[in-house]
Parts: sequence; structure tokens; C-alpha cells
Amino acid sequence: MPDTAAEARRRLIRRVVLDTSIAAAVVIFMGVVRGFYSNELMLFNFVVFLALAQGLNIIYGFTGYLPFGYVGFYGAGAYGFSLVVMHLHVPALLGMAAAAGAALVLAVILLPLLRLSGAYFAIASMAAAQAVYEVVANPDLEDITKGPYGVSLSDVFAPAFSYYVALAILAFALLLVVWLRNSRFGMSLQAIRDDSVSAAMAGVSVVRGRTIAWLLSALVAGLVGGVFAWHISVFYPDTAFDLSVSIFATVFLLFGGATTLSGPLLGVFILYGIYNVIGIAVPQYFQFTYGALIVLLVLFLPNGLVSLLTRRGIRVP
Amino acid sequence: MSPEPLLNVEVLVKRFGGFRALDGVSFHLHPGEVLGLVGPNGSGKTTCINVICGLYAPDGGEVVFDGRSIAGEKSHRLVKAGINRTFQSPRPFLSLTVRENVEVAAHYGDPKPGFDIDALLALLELDRYSQRPAAELNSAQQKTLDLARAMATEPRLLLVDELAAGLNPAELSRMADRLRALADGGMALLVVEHLMGFIDKVTDRVVVMAAGREFFGGTLADATRDPEVIRVFLGGGHHG
Repeated sequence: MPDTAAEARRRLIRRVVLDTSIAAAVVIFMGVVRGFYSNELMLFNFVVFLALAQGLNIIYGFTGYLPFGYVGFYGAGAYGFSLVVMHLHVPALLGMAAAAGAALVLAVILLPLLRLSGAYFAIASMAAAQAVYEVVANPDLEDITKGPYGVSLSDVFAPAFSYYVALAILAFALLLVVWLRNSRFGMSLQAIRDDSVSAAMAGVSVVRGRTIAWLLSALVAGLVGGVFAWHISVFYPDTAFDLSVSIFATVFLLFGGATTLSGPLLGVFILYGIYNVIGIAVPQYFQFTYGALIVLLVLFLPNGLVSLLTRRGIRVP
Repeated sequence: MSPEPLLNVEVLVKRFGGFRALDGVSFHLHPGEVLGLVGPNGSGKTTCINVICGLYAPDGGEVVFDGRSIAGEKSHRLVKAGINRTFQSPRPFLSLTVRENVEVAAHYGDPKPGFDIDALLALLELDRYSQRPAAELNSAQQKTLDLARAMATEPRLLLVDELAAGLNPAELSRMADRLRALADGGMALLVVEHLMGFIDKVTDRVVVMAAGREFFGGTLADATRDPEVIRVFLGGGHHG
């Protein structure tokens, strides 16, 4: 059926409304459920992974770069927040700006990594995250970072408020993905991911597109890391730079399906849900069940759960 | 034909390690003119296109477009300046729809305001596939989409790299008509092609390349009578 500009515009509006509704529903649900469910830490972790999976979606889903060291930005955010709160005694919300700043500075330093691709990029980003961890956890820097002995931020401890700030960050991450999915800029990123040479011949600045996506993705992780530090208030460098944060976010994203809004959401709700259920009920079977799920996914649904629909030509939000 | 060439390629050199893919090739091209670039495999035709469109930086020589040296400039800037190309193997954005493929170029390639994507798709007979992912198109359709992506940036110079390969006779004839129509509209075209029938139908003159440099310039009819051209294409035994 022929398409026209008017039809394309109508379809775009429908998509934006649907995507935004899903984003709003998730944020509202995570806000409301806090009133009914007492395990706040678990809910907070859900919010953390919902946001991280979308942050990773920005760089992987839209440009094809998969940074195994994504946790580096999360850790940078956590320490950016902690350092200004500990040493400058600034209000926590200002600390969040420092969290964002720390992640962005790290992202700028790591920009040359974007010259690599595939596994080389993934491994180099992991090494970079590990390097930042080694610096932060260095006992000689105890006066500044508290080294391996961990950070205590009891002055700003505010579990309820920080939970809602985390929700705001989740909303921001979701809206970023909604924007990328429905904007010409997002379309240009997908063009770069599909074929960077062809994208350049469409007039797209490949370097600029990748850089913006990289910074946005780092920004989300930095903000999440900052609010994690605020909410948890006592933590150690090996928690803030725990590689399993990267792995979890990656698995959730891939399980659901990258580039979509709903894929990473499904990935987190299903897999992190199972993780918590099994972890509490039958922890001895956790590794087995989780491993089997991931193997089945890789074998039968390499493009994630949403591919059950997309391979039938159905557009998934 | 305008007296000033739109494109001037002067003693262009491109090396890959010790291999000189371009070894001092020179030619020029006027607005509205179709120049065929022919030669055996490995003679440097595609490398030449890759240098002109900014994919490779040259190691020597000059590329002057519209009176300005452009050698080594980034591709996306050259697209905005008015240069575009198609690829020997089509390279559409497979996860985007046909319309989105063209939309990206129409947005970032700086065509004139009010550029009509739908009219372009209709002109190239891609309108009925506009909502389909580019991955679902067949090879000939993907080649046409490649051309649509290039045309959406309204280039003044279009580099056409073996667009005809793999097309059936009817598709070939339609593609030749399209390219001629673009030239009649004032666009300059540099056409790399092995199919001599296609070259004959489309081009005003040809440059024959071998080993990275040109050694014949003129009409295709004259080229086919040139003993040196025959020797390069058929081997060393023929002496005219």
C-alpha cells in the first residue's frame, strides 16, 4: 500500500502516544506498588534495572555497541554523588548533578573506544570499568574515595525521596528511548547501526550520532548510579563496580529485545522477577534455571522475546 | 554543456600498502554529462569513486568539485555539498522501512525545502513497498532504493557503481532511462559499469582505466576501435 507524508505523520503520532503510555504506566506502577509492597530494596532494584536496561538500549539497540563495562558509568555516578556529598556536603539533589557529570566525563574520556567494534569494544569497555574501579578502590586514596573500605552517606539517607528520584530517572530513560524510536535522530542512529557507510552517504554524521548516543547512555547509568548511592547510602567499590550489574542489564535487554521500549521492560520484569522468586524460594536451583533460560533464549530467540511478534511483521512498541 | 567542469580529478593517487590502486588518474565531468568509467577488474574504478565521495583520503593529487578542493573531506559533508553515490552491492538500512530509508537521507542530506519523498518513491516505483522493511526487497529493488537514498539528497554529482549488475533486461532499460533523465535535469553522472550495452545507452563519453590510471578518453564507439583498449580488455595478443 502506498504511503504518504500525512499517513506517516498519523502513524508517528499513534506510536508516540502508545510508547509514552507504556512508559507512563510502568513509572506509575512502580510508584504505586511501593505503597503495597514492603520490600522496598527489591522494588528499588527493579527500578534500577528497568532504567539501566533502557540506558544500555540507547547505545546497543540504536548503535550496535555493546559495552560490557557499562557498570563503569554506574560506578562513576555512584562515586560522583558520594564524593561531593561527603566532601562538599552539598544537598543530595546537587549530588545527582555530580553523578551525571562524573559519568559524562568518563564517557568523554572513553570516546576513542568507539573506534573499536564488536567484541573488541565490549572487552575494552570492560577493562576501562575495571581500571576506574582499581583507582576508586585504591587504599592510598582512602582520604578521597574511602578506598576499599566503602562509603557511608548517612547524612543524606532518604529512602522514600530517593526512590521517587529513581522513578524520575526511569521516566527520563524511558522518554529518551521513546524519543529515539520516534525521531529522525533515532532513525539516523539505526541507519548508522545498519550500515555506517551508507548512513554517511545519507548525510548523517556518523561520529556525531554515535557520540551523542554514547553520552546519553552513560548519562542514564551515571544518574542511576548516583541514586543508588543515595538510596543505599552505605556501599563498597566492588558493589558500585560489580560486573554483574552490566551482565544483568545486558541479559535483560537481550532477553526482551533491543531497540524496542517494551523488550527491556519485559526482560527486567520476567528475568529479575524469576531471579527474586527463585532466589528466595529455591536458591539452590537459581544458577541452573537462569542458565537454562539464557541458553534457550540464545538458541531460539536471539533477537529477544519481542521477535516472536516482530518476525510475524507486527510492530512492537 | 557548461564550460566549467563540475568535477576535476587531477593526478589522483591512492595506495593500499605497496599497491597503487590509483596511479595518477585524471578526468573531468560537466553538469548534465554522463561519463562512463570502464576498465578491467582491479583497474581502480571503484577506488576512484570511493576517493571522490570521501570514503578514502587520497595519497596524492586533487579532487576539485564546483571549484573547491574536496580531497579528504568527510562523506557526510560531501553529501551536503552535492555529491552522492550508489553501491555495487546495495547497502540499504535493512531494519528501516523503505520510506524511512529515504526519509533519513531527505532529512540529513539537505535537499531543498519541501522535498517530496512520496513523489521520489513513486518515480522509482518503490511507493507500493514504502511501509515494508528494506530487508524484504529483492536485489533489484534494493539497488533502486540505494538510488532513491542518493537522489533524496539532490546531488549535483552522482557516482554510480555497477548499478546494472544483476538486473534483467527490462530493469536495465528502465534504469538506463532513469539515469539519462537525471542527466537531462542537469545532474553530472560518473558511471562505473561492465555492461557495455548499458554504458552505450547511458554515457556521453568514457574514460578507460587500467592499473590505476586513464589511458583513453572519448566516445565508446572510438574506444572499441582503439587497439590499446582492445589489448587491455582482451589480453596482449591483439594488435589492432
